[in-house]
Amino acid sequence: MTQFTSAADTVSVAITGSGGAGAITAGSLLLEAAGRAGWYGLMTRTVGPQIRGGEAAALVRLARRGVSGLGDRFDVLIALDWRNVERFVAEIPLGPQSVVLACEDAGDIPEKIAASGALSLTAPFTKLAEDIRGARPNIIALGTAAALVGLPEQAMVETVAATLADKGVSLEDTGQAIRAGYDIGLQLAAGHGAVAALRLAEEAGTGAGSDRWLITGNQAAGLGALRGGIRFAAMYPITPATDMLEWIAPRFGAVGGVLCQAEDEIAAINMAIGASYGGVPALTATSGPGLALKLESIGLSVAAEVPLVIFNVMRGGPSTGIPTKSEQTDLNVALYGLHGEAPHVVVAPLSVEDCIFTTQWAVHLAESLQTAAFVLSDQFLGQAKAVIDRPAETDLGTVRLKPTDPQAGAYKRYALTNSGVSPMAIPGMPGGQYTADGLEHNERGTPSSQADDHHSQLDKRNNKLEGFEYGDAWAEIEGDADAEIGLVTWGSTTAPVREAVARARAQGFKVRLVALRLLAPTRPALLAEALKGVKRLLVVEQSHSGQFLGYLKAHYDLPAPPQSLRHPGPLAIRPAEVCDVLRSWS
Amino acid sequence: MDGLTPDFKFEPKHYKSDVNPIWCPGCGHYGVQAAINRAFAELQLDPAKVVVVSGIGCSSRIPAYTTCYGFHGLHGRALPLAIGLKLARPDLTVLVAGGDGDGFSIGGNHFLHACRRNVDLTYVVMDNEVYGMTKGQPSPTTGPDWDSELQPGGTGISAFRPLGVALQSGANFIARGFSGDLNGLTKLIVQGIKHPGFSFIHALSPCITFRPEEREWKNLTHSAGTGPTSEFNEASRRLAEDDGLTTGLVYVGDRRPYAPPVAPLVDTRTDLSQIVAEFRI
Repeated sequence: MTQFTSAADTVSVAITGSGGAGAITAGSLLLEAAGRAGWYGLMTRTVGPQIRGGEAAALVRLARRGVSGLGDRFDVLIALDWRNVERFVAEIPLGPQSVVLACEDAGDIPEKIAASGALSLTAPFTKLAEDIRGARPNIIALGTAAALVGLPEQAMVETVAATLADKGVSLEDTGQAIRAGYDIGLQLAAGHGAVAALRLAEEAGTGAGSDRWLITGNQAAGLGALRGGIRFAAMYPITPATDMLEWIAPRFGAVGGVLCQAEDEIAAINMAIGASYGGVPALTATSGPGLALKLESIGLSVAAEVPLVIFNVMRGGPSTGIPTKSEQTDLNVALYGLHGEAPHVVVAPLSVEDCIFTTQWAVHLAESLQTAAFVLSDQFLGQAKAVIDRPAETDLGTVRLKPTDPQAGAYKRYALTNSGVSPMAIPGMPGGQYTADGLEHNERGTPSSQADDHHSQLDKRNNKLEGFEYGDAWAEIEGDADAEIGLVTWGSTTAPVREAVARARAQGFKVRLVALRLLAPTRPALLAEALKGVKRLLVVEQSHSGQFLGYLKAHYDLPAPPQSLRHPGPLAIRPAEVCDVLRSWS
Repeated sequence: MDGLTPDFKFEPKHYKSDVNPIWCPGCGHYGVQAAINRAFAELQLDPAKVVVVSGIGCSSRIPAYTTCYGFHGLHGRALPLAIGLKLARPDLTVLVAGGDGDGFSIGGNHFLHACRRNVDLTYVVMDNEVYGMTKGQPSPTTGPDWDSELQPGGTGISAFRPLGVALQSGANFIARGFSGDLNGLTKLIVQGIKHPGFSFIHALSPCITFRPEEREWKNLTHSAGTGPTSEFNEASRRLAEDDGLTTGLVYVGDRRPYAPPVAPLVDTRTDLSQIVAEFRI
């Protein structure tokens, strides 16, 4: 599990540039080199909608120990150029202690950035790149970034060389480019106290030598899906979910799986339902607008009791919204979007690493309960890349209940059982023939509009979810058992809240955090127990209207009237925002 | 089926379930159902290895009327569901059935792409040129002047021509049958199931309740009198001249059916260590 990290242990670096300048590449390489050097870190990206020529920023946070979210502000902003930077300047908070380092031909520092009071410096990235074969300004800047944060030059050279070798750049030339940038960094550190302060302190306890991974949330979810047993996937391309199945597609070959790019969102989910009906665990991936299109079909999965995983990577909405940026606002549609009464599962990963377990768990729940299971990831988690310790492997198995020897004429697909789960025949099984139906049906599956059949099948579909033993995974509960201050959050907002809790506790506050992983079905008794003794309650989410707050108020007996800390995307919730509320309570 | 003797032969009645159809007496769909059952028997298909997939509408009720596996899914979405099933389970025989509204209106996009994708399915569309289940509204194949409560005086929109659209979309097996011509329709369904890839069978099937004039189809339908062509241009020419009531197999191409590079394996190779290794720093 990711450890708490206080601000002093980390350094946050933003690298910005117009599309094609290589800001994202530089950020990725910085993170990878940090990983090679035994550090931990996380990189998220903020980009415009343009394919080329837009704006891009790599937001990198490095640490000696695990880090799962962004910090309060950026310690250093490296600008390859200033074009379009105003479009995301709000997402890169700076302070008087921050350092802004711009390419010297980038022009004047934008007013909004200068207003932060950050130390403003320039460096000749473009000019140096002109003199070194194969070098580009972003690689020179990368060398500088490495020097500023105290990353060994060698780790940086090795990482970049491995990438540039494919482009025909020699190790010598790469080394020269990084060294040129590195020297600038050392000179700046020697001349400015604020620059020297960027360097991460040497300390014991790095992850060097241990088994560590570099992984994005969408890749992690892909791995979780494979571990869970998903062997069929269908989707229609949509940002920011596509890269989840782009990761799975070539790997299905190795495990025996089929991926189909459908003609539209509705086709994709119906393909997945068809495959699952055929006995192959199936998934569809999408984001808000696609989820809206899939809702009718998800109701079919619930009614016909066909296991299905809907992996939804949330982005700013409504409508087309902000496709490339994160927001926790598909909660309501996932919880309440299905027509009729359609009990289903909604789970949400709490970190990049947790995308593995939570997705695997969703497969397990969908298969065990023969229902639809939503995974609510988001753009931040999905496209963030993190250095993590090798995660523990969990064997949940895939457990679809099947009849052993169904008898033609006697087999009842929707038999009323104690658990509510009834054995599901798979085509090819002699004697198990039945018609899966979205029409209400009797135990045999024959369409029925009779009141008693409707009532008993509604009970069945509800009871199988309510009676299931979800175990400890329903939430992560951390902090002080005797705390009178409680925080409740979910999804990617968990990282900044965790960090705030750690800081508050380090300052002597007693605080308890509950991060919900299982959002539906609701577990009010478990939350009441987890929040026992709490007298003040803070609910944190990245939404404008407070969807999560409304959900908690509607379904749970909260120990105290909740205070809400929220704002919409794309601005991330910062640990300091949470700390400020807690401080105001003392 | 259990307890089959070696000389057991499937007969059409073995594919008929004990569920009573909701169809009106005299509905054309009874004829299509009989033709499907006859085709299954002719091919001696094990009902446990056949899946009948449908959408929503009168004709889409058909899965429950068979003894095969069935899926009565969503309005317009039978084709993608069947495609997912067939890609996941290439060992099964998958027959998709539905109506003109289901297939050409709400499911129109899926029809285009099913023709294009060419997965090994047989798609039987029972066309009665009306939405029957919702009590008589014009469908995409209804002529422009047909008067109805929802569209008084007619829609003013020319009818959809499914065979031409199928050809242009890449379908490789295109036929039209008539519910009143049991032998002819049975033969087309047999050929369609045997055909590797997507086969489209347009089955004219009168709605005697909302389109009683369609009773006349028994006198108006006529055989093409020629065999199928494998020439795209010739098929285009025939379909351009088609009066909508010509029966027979129009076109058979030789495009390879779409099949995934590997069939899915369930509960077998779960060793992911190779895949996991790529994340190591």
